[in-house]
Amino acid sequence: MIKLNVNGQEHSLDVAPDTPLLWVIRENLGLTGTKFGCGIALCGACTVHLNGSPIRSCITPVASADGASITTIEGIARGGELHPVQQAWIDEQVPQCGYCQSGQIMSAVALLRDNPNPADEDIDSAMSGNVCRCGMYSRIKKGIKRVANAQVQLFDPEAGMEVHHG
Amino acid sequence: MGKWTRRGFISAGVVGGSALLIGVAIRPGHHASDVAKYVAGEGESLVNAWVKIDANNRVTAIVPHSEMGQGAQTALTQMLADELDAKWEDVSFIEAPAEEEYANWALGKGFILGDTKIPALLVGSVDGVFMQVTKAMHLQTTGGSASVRATGVYGMRVAGAAAREMLMETAADSWGVEVSELKTREGMVIHEASGKQEPYASFAAKAGEMKPPFVPTLKTPDQFTIMGKSKPRLDIPSKVDGSAQFGIDVVVDGMKYATVNAAPVFGAKVASINSSKAEKMPGVIDVVNLDDAVAVVAEGYWQAKQALAAVAVRWTDTGSEALNSEALFNQFQADMKQANESGDSKTDVDIGNAGQAFATAARIVKREYKVPYLAHACMEPMNAVARVENGRCDIWTGTQNPLGFKYDVAAALEIDVNDVSVTNHFMGGGFGRRSKSDAVIQAARISRQVGVPVKLIWSREEDVQHDHYRPAVASNFRAALNEEGMPVAWENQYVDKHEPVEAPHISYAIPNQHIHYVDSPTHVPFGVWRSVDHSQHGFFVESFIDELAYEAREDPYQFRRNLLKDQQRQIDVLDLAAKKANWSAPIGKNRGRGIAIQESFGSFVAEVVEVTVLKGKVSVDRVVVAVDPGFAVSPDGLTAQMESGVIYGLTAALYGEVSIENGRVSQSNFNNYPMVRMDSSPEIETYIINSHESWGGAGEPGTPGIAPALTNAIFAATGTRIRELPVSKFDLDFEFGKESEA
Repeated sequence: MIKLNVNGQEHSLDVAPDTPLLWVIRENLGLTGTKFGCGIALCGACTVHLNGSPIRSCITPVASADGASITTIEGIARGGELHPVQQAWIDEQVPQCGYCQSGQIMSAVALLRDNPNPADEDIDSAMSGNVCRCGMYSRIKKGIKRVANAQVQLFDPEAGMEVHHG
Repeated sequence: MGKWTRRGFISAGVVGGSALLIGVAIRPGHHASDVAKYVAGEGESLVNAWVKIDANNRVTAIVPHSEMGQGAQTALTQMLADELDAKWEDVSFIEAPAEEEYANWALGKGFILGDTKIPALLVGSVDGVFMQVTKAMHLQTTGGSASVRATGVYGMRVAGAAAREMLMETAADSWGVEVSELKTREGMVIHEASGKQEPYASFAAKAGEMKPPFVPTLKTPDQFTIMGKSKPRLDIPSKVDGSAQFGIDVVVDGMKYATVNAAPVFGAKVASINSSKAEKMPGVIDVVNLDDAVAVVAEGYWQAKQALAAVAVRWTDTGSEALNSEALFNQFQADMKQANESGDSKTDVDIGNAGQAFATAARIVKREYKVPYLAHACMEPMNAVARVENGRCDIWTGTQNPLGFKYDVAAALEIDVNDVSVTNHFMGGGFGRRSKSDAVIQAARISRQVGVPVKLIWSREEDVQHDHYRPAVASNFRAALNEEGMPVAWENQYVDKHEPVEAPHISYAIPNQHIHYVDSPTHVPFGVWRSVDHSQHGFFVESFIDELAYEAREDPYQFRRNLLKDQQRQIDVLDLAAKKANWSAPIGKNRGRGIAIQESFGSFVAEVVEVTVLKGKVSVDRVVVAVDPGFAVSPDGLTAQMESGVIYGLTAALYGEVSIENGRVSQSNFNNYPMVRMDSSPEIETYIINSHESWGGAGEPGTPGIAPALTNAIFAATGTRIRELPVSKFDLDFEFGKESEA
């Protein structure tokens, strides 16, 4: 049995240990906001946080996440209020097809938590692993800067979530 | 005011500027009750086929186009809501179901073909062969940048205006006053003389029983309150919290997962399968022979994928196993040469006397260009959920052509079309790819064979290697120049004419023109790719005209401008782009500006690109776009489409190449089919001209101009002329400073 804490909920799963975390999240847990794009960590559509760090779930064997805390796009809003990055994405009208945006948002949330005022180069390096085929890079950048400039209280999706091991 | 007879109906369309009235939902006679069952819930009244109003005065537009991020559903809803005088905050939309009543063509066919059955071959997906027909007929497809300019202009606006007038008439009846005394505002009918006002909802049910007895009057642009405003897209909130349902997210009771490998060489069939190892792997349910592909069905996608890799397949020989890209391009040139010798090259445009002009030319400039096949690479790989049971088939997927898919599936399974349902979902990118039903048919066949509902998901590799590709094209040009270096004749020969027919034509006033082509088919399947043939011919034409400007020693912007003569919309966007880009200002060492202009899908777009080329690396610093769509229904939506069209075209121009080796596609994933990313994306500025001329499209017109503007900028920066895409094939460091060949 593999144990995962996903968005604050404990799960015990009987899955093959080499199964990529992506498919466990989507198929076993039914959290379909995290997307499949390339299968080899080249597009970022599958980005989730593992113990707070953005990772590509399509190449992460579920066994390597045993006992870890996972946050997906479904887990970043709090108390019915969107995460500031999500709100900025609406304000800047970022998504087009929207398929990559869960991954983009998860990368942006991690960036802004670690670096609340990222320079252009910081944004480039944090976000260039996420492909947007609709080409909304300038809006993604604006969205990130909107959050940075607003100096809103950035709540950390991982903080305050109790992780029960064992 | 005529009745909604067929004649009256068509007349209304002609008044509106189109010979065909397609997408207008209000058919002669009372129709709402027939379609209500598909779209109206309890307490909701369907006023006409495209508008319903509930008891709380909430308006729902029923939109016959799919959403792949282009914002069409919001723009179309704006068009309907404005003509209806609805309160925007109370307006939402649903996508029309894939039922004939909501097929654009079904609405049009009665008028065009009488009641004759539509030929089966017209029902298929949009492709190069049928696009002209579908353009005229407007199947229930989303493509050709047609949503706003066709369905919106001739459909949603008319439907909204008609609904408003029906509500007013019902109110007039009920209050015993003249319609002319009534006004509407934000979802209310108002009788100022008596001070009465009531919400539309009070009259909706009664209005829904009316025969639309009139030709509705449309607003003039000064009366617009919702059109022309950048309303937030209605689909965006669900796309930031993971709740948007794409085709790949659908879950059906008892569903299993499948993945597939199609024959790597197009046209090959399964010769034999050894699946003994795969069948023993955990979770595997079945291995399915699809004749030209092999699928594995398992409890989960990962298990299916692992097992598929363990299936040994032998494929039949097709005779294409030795083909590669070089051979295909050689074939193109050989076919063009042969057609010239035998006189079989087909005439596309013949103006003046090009032959004579070449015979007497002071100079002749010859250039050859080529572009490769391209994959669409939608972020969401192809997928579909299919459930075949009891002689029925239910499909859940994201498609640009839900009704066409219904017919395709019925034909593939040899069942009645009424026994097929297609439920459409958000598309994780379309770009033309999701007008082809290949993956959906595979899913249906797998489900039928295995006897359970199946979610088929293609790997990225499968998606890249089994696309319907943007065709590779070779295009040869000659220009006859006079003593001043100005072109007096234009000759262009290219391979394979698809759609739109005008893509290779030029707006430049060159008195003698001979444009001709040959068919040079290959075994590589092709389809429509964002901006279709404009994507290739825009590059060719705007590169060659730039070369002619250089030959004439003229500024590329002024050279174009002079040759555009009376093409005012083109001149206006060209001027605006040049002005905003500060065209004539010095730009510095290793840098250059390039310009290109393209009319496509009814819109006019000029683009200026600024590049820096340093040590062989091209960095695209800035892109300025000027666009005249006639009228921008949603300025921000149009801007987003320009940005998107630019990046899509830039990815192709810089890196995009699908090459053929040993008869099959070499590329497989984003490592060898790379994308523009955040760190390589330019600043893009978009400037809009509302000329109030005829309305054009948005999704595609931003794409064709970016490749030539880029390569023209690289030429300005380095003197290296790029005549073959992608740019990444060229060693610009090595070529730097080299004189371009004369």
